Amino acid sequence: MNDLRRALADLLGSAEGPAPPWRSLLRPGDWAVACAGLVFVAASYPLLWRGGTADRAIVKHDGKVVIELALNIARRHEVQGAIGTTVIEVQPGRARVLADPGPRQYCVQQGWLTRAGAVAICAPNHITLELNGRKDGVDSLNY
Amino acid sequence: MAARMASIPSTIELVVTDDDRRIARYAAAAIALTIAEAAIPSPLPGVKPGLANIVVLVVLARYGWRDAAWVSLLRVVAGSLVIGQFLAPGFFLAFAGALCSLAVLALAQHLPGRMFGPVTASILAAFAHIGGQIVLARVWLVPHDGVFYLVPVFATAALVFGTINGLIAARLLAVPLAAPIAVSSAPTFQEPSP
Repeated sequence: MNDLRRALADLLGSAEGPAPPWRSLLRPGDWAVACAGLVFVAASYPLLWRGGTADRAIVKHDGKVVIELALNIARRHEVQGAIGTTVIEVQPGRARVLADPGPRQYCVQQGWLTRAGAVAICAPNHITLELNGRKDGVDSLNY
Repeated sequence: MAARMASIPSTIELVVTDDDRRIARYAAAAIALTIAEAAIPSPLPGVKPGLANIVVLVVLARYGWRDAAWVSLLRVVAGSLVIGQFLAPGFFLAFAGALCSLAVLALAQHLPGRMFGPVTASILAAFAHIGGQIVLARVWLVPHDGVFYLVPVFATAALVFGTINGLIAARLLAVPLAAPIAVSSAPTFQEPSP
């Protein structure tokens, strides 16, 4: 490692000298550019990562929309399906299938859905729960 | 060296100028940093310190944009050959990034030097670098807007590493050159004594 450092110092032609304080290496414009960069970075987080969050849950029975639930207030909703009642639970920002009459309980075990485009399918009862955002996380889903 | 070359009859003689030697030396430093950096594990492909850009910044400040462009592009091509990435997707991403940063540096060098130093050049070049890479990745490798979800991560890395690299370049430039590099012909590559 020391060899590499010396070789680089040779190649770059910088003599070992008294190190100037780091602060003195920044000129006024550098501060401005760094701050502008910080603003850009900070702005890029919400702008680019908001699209993936969901703002409503859509419950469908046999492909037809039964109800749309906004994800801003907690509540439960019961949906009549082919073999019984599926209970959908909504909390701020997320939704899940709380109970389902299906034998294998896949959609219940899936737990909370949070991302736009996420889907829980209760096939035996012909019920699907999907989350939707202003911009979906995925273009399309086929199943 | 020159005497031996003259004794061999040759129909082609490549004249190596001091410019060539100087560019080769700096490019060698940049390639060494590229290789050292390839050993650093990265959580996300593309998030790298970009240490070789320190060399490009030093060359830009000392010898101008033309030399910096040579060093930068030689670094990308030769560095990728050494680490076995030549013509792999990573090579084209690095190449696109280098071209974009060089374009931005060509503009940035006209900023008033009293106000804007190497740190500005470094940050702008780092953002241009990720910009070029992401656009190429979107157009060619991942034709889906999902790539843009990575922009905040890459932008953060560009700001952090751009600032650090710029400070290192400024530190190197703050110390005056010990000897003019152009005239010395590679004293560092002597045969090691037994």
